[in-house]
Amino acid sequence: MSTILEADHLTRVFSRGVFNKVHNVAVNDISLRVGDDNPSITVIAGESGSGKTTLASMLLGFMPPTSGNIRYQGQDIHSLKGDAWREFRRNVQPIFQDPFEVFNPVYRVDRILTQPAKLYNIAETDDHALELVEEALRQVGLRPQETMGRFPHQLSGGQRQRITVARAFLLKPKVIIADEPVSMIDASLRATVLESLRELKTELGISIIYITHDLTTAYQVGDTIYVLYRGSVVEAGDVEKVVQEPSHPYTQLLMGSIPVPDPRVPWGENLAPISARDERETATTGCAFAPRCPNAFETCEIKPPPHYGLNDGRAVMCYLHEDRPVTNLDSLMASKSDTPN
Amino acid sequence: MTLQGSSSEIPELSLTRRFFRLLSGNFLLLLGLLMLAGVVSFTVLGYLFVDLELARLNSAPISQPPSLEHWFGTDAVGRSILALLVIGTPKTLFIGLLAGICGITIGTCLGFFAGYVRGWADTFIRIISDVLFVIPILFLLVFIIEYFPVGAVWIMGIVIGVLSWMGTARTVRAQVLTLRERAFINMARASGAGTWRIIFVELMPNLTSYLAASFVQAVSGGILFSIGLEVLGLGPANSQTLGWSIWWANDYGAVLRGFWWWWGSPVVMIVIIFLGLFLTSLGLDRVANPRLRGSS
Amino acid sequence: MTTGNGAPVLQVKNLTVEYETPRGKLRAADNVSFELWPGQRFGLVGESGSGKTTTALALMRLTQLPGRIVDGEVLLEGVDLLGLSENRMREMRLAQISYVPQGAMNSLNPVMKIGNQIANGFKDHNTNIGRSDISDRIVEVLQSVGLDPAVSGMYPHELSGGMKQRVAIAIAVSLGPKVIIADEPTSALDVVVQREVMLTLRRLQEEIDAAVLIVGHDMGLMAQFASHIGVMYAGRLVEIGQVIDMFDDPLHPYTRALIASLPSTSRRHRLSGIPGLPPALLELPAGCSFNPRCESVMDICRSTDPDLDQIREGRFASCHLYTGAEVGA
Repeated sequence: MSTILEADHLTRVFSRGVFNKVHNVAVNDISLRVGDDNPSITVIAGESGSGKTTLASMLLGFMPPTSGNIRYQGQDIHSLKGDAWREFRRNVQPIFQDPFEVFNPVYRVDRILTQPAKLYNIAETDDHALELVEEALRQVGLRPQETMGRFPHQLSGGQRQRITVARAFLLKPKVIIADEPVSMIDASLRATVLESLRELKTELGISIIYITHDLTTAYQVGDTIYVLYRGSVVEAGDVEKVVQEPSHPYTQLLMGSIPVPDPRVPWGENLAPISARDERETATTGCAFAPRCPNAFETCEIKPPPHYGLNDGRAVMCYLHEDRPVTNLDSLMASKSDTPN
Repeated sequence: MTLQGSSSEIPELSLTRRFFRLLSGNFLLLLGLLMLAGVVSFTVLGYLFVDLELARLNSAPISQPPSLEHWFGTDAVGRSILALLVIGTPKTLFIGLLAGICGITIGTCLGFFAGYVRGWADTFIRIISDVLFVIPILFLLVFIIEYFPVGAVWIMGIVIGVLSWMGTARTVRAQVLTLRERAFINMARASGAGTWRIIFVELMPNLTSYLAASFVQAVSGGILFSIGLEVLGLGPANSQTLGWSIWWANDYGAVLRGFWWWWGSPVVMIVIIFLGLFLTSLGLDRVANPRLRGSS
Repeated sequence: MTTGNGAPVLQVKNLTVEYETPRGKLRAADNVSFELWPGQRFGLVGESGSGKTTTALALMRLTQLPGRIVDGEVLLEGVDLLGLSENRMREMRLAQISYVPQGAMNSLNPVMKIGNQIANGFKDHNTNIGRSDISDRIVEVLQSVGLDPAVSGMYPHELSGGMKQRVAIAIAVSLGPKVIIADEPTSALDVVVQREVMLTLRRLQEEIDAAVLIVGHDMGLMAQFASHIGVMYAGRLVEIGQVIDMFDDPLHPYTRALIASLPSTSRRHRLSGIPGLPPALLELPAGCSFNPRCESVMDICRSTDPDLDQIREGRFASCHLYTGAEVGA
């Protein structure tokens, strides 16, 4: 398969302090790959502090990794120069979480569409650019005459986020990295934005990396999922399998904590009872999840587990699956690309 | 650009109307600008209607208090104080403006550079500015002018400007550091904008009202330093600025001899200039910093 | 909707809040009426701008200018809170009716120890307890929300978001209020912490038999936490009912759309959002405010605004689909 964007053993460490340096591993040895002959939506799921936003910044080339590398069509993105770098920039586009912050407050909202159209020479003339912009707005259900010429504060959050999705329709990049695109808009409007993301995949063949803390929306739009806990992928595989039968205790906790929109289903009935532990607690040597894990045993405290491969192609970083062969995330992706969805 | 003007439903406010709307809610800015406008019209009218020959030595009777003929009186060497004010005010303002322009330009460029590029550039600029910060500028100016006597008014303005950019640089750097983390900067990068475009097109417009306030402060700082130097007798020879008038008055013992109009007139003019600049900068600060607006 | 405890603890009647804007007056809460019974957990649901937070703040009499409560009554055990003096109202807050604001974890004073912040509540309300008793009570209160008593000596920045939210809840329940109003109490928290915090709130509320009014936009959270739900749209309550009843048989087309727009975790489906956008309160459409987005819109909806009528026992809806089907009083 032809790979567009691939990340190899990405690690990012933040250090602070001059003498007693404190190291915080935000992203720990993550590999993933996005190809173009089989457009897909890859979900990166995790809670705050899991490193998902750091990962997004690195994939977009906004932040260099501490170790490991990111390749765009086989080339390390931080070695790209001139036109090759612009080509990467144009083809790997972001959708950000806060649909207000992405607009420069001193300019009108259309600028977010007209500026890239101009800088990437997407249209030959201003009139043609205007046509393309209006078409992109209509594609996401916005009326151009109601949105263009406005300032960001004159639109609602839902409208603003749809404009950033319209931007993707206009630019038609090869990969979109969407960091929590719906977490700041009303539940009733999320569906529309998520459906547009799905259309970007099916109609324009754009692969999407969807970063979220919300496993319900992840399940609805995703194909493959990577569950992150404190910078490490604890479970990865087909989204249907991960959501329906989570095998890492953390994924189980996440799934069980979701408030199911059915008042007859008790909230998290299969979860261990709540204890007053501090959710910030971390183990320094063993599995990062061990202090919160209801199934933790001695080995978990000593050494972090490797990824074990399950029969269905999943990789799970947990000693509960010790009987399975050790695998790594690269092999997971190789097998994944053979099975079209 | 034709793209942006299209199909806008929101009535566009003209620039002048926006300016007046800004003033109507901002009493301090209005008052400050009115005072500065008064000073400027004083000199313009003065050049049109006052006989500037009266600023020469012995062109008028000596040491006269204000009268109908010489509104602001005359000095001990036979010059009309009014004529001296009309000539001196624009020269003093010119020094201030020049110092302000130099200071703000250097400060903004270095501040942007330090804040946006960070790394070694930031460290280097910060060290220079910290060193200059702790040295009292007036002292440094006295030192420089003692060894390299300043020949013209404009050189003095530039020298002052070159030595007073640190405050601007420091605050611009801080603003840029917070702004560059905002998502719209990353969005602009993803839209293909390069470093210069981001600095001038994305960041700069967000700082305009703030830079305007800094500029006004830099101008008043420049005037203050120039007057300080001139009163000490370190200004350019025969510069005819307001500070130079005060130096003359002092040299002839105007205070002890009770010639209050001689030293008093330039002092009052300087006070009006400073108040005008001060109120303008307070008013602009209020525009730049919305949190202050509620308290007014 | 009676729960058999005699009388409602809070009755809200025709509450109307208006905001003065440069472009005219707008009604952020329009004629809102509902009742809270002891032990009830009432979820007030709606999109942003629907008036749910405005309503919650008005109940606490915390409406800020340019907003004003222009009409209505808020009866707490028969006493109209809107008629009390500011001093009397201050005594009622926290002791009788307490509030957990949006992003409550940021409402803690950053330079004051947690224990002192809890103690303030006891001191302000002249509860006749001595110094040593107060520290006993602080420990008790912290333990009730599942926190270690050592938290008492810590500052807010030493705690995680979930722990701060527990502290905010601890303060809200510390004086045993009859009504607790919580405005999106977990909106900034992760899903695991959200569940733990909400279950803690539920346990405490059951212990002191208080009524809870919870404001939010997540129907999933409401399904799990609330016993009753009130749906707000454009400043109006459009439907009220018991939670199971509401999910089994949503009457108002807006409620139906809200429930249908929820993504499921048991099967993959095409996501159906609610078409269109919530209306601007200054330019409400004629007739029913929901008519431009409604699937079942009829001619009458475009001209006449429906009233909130009782459809059956414990069930109210404001929709012309049911105007013929009312039960007699």
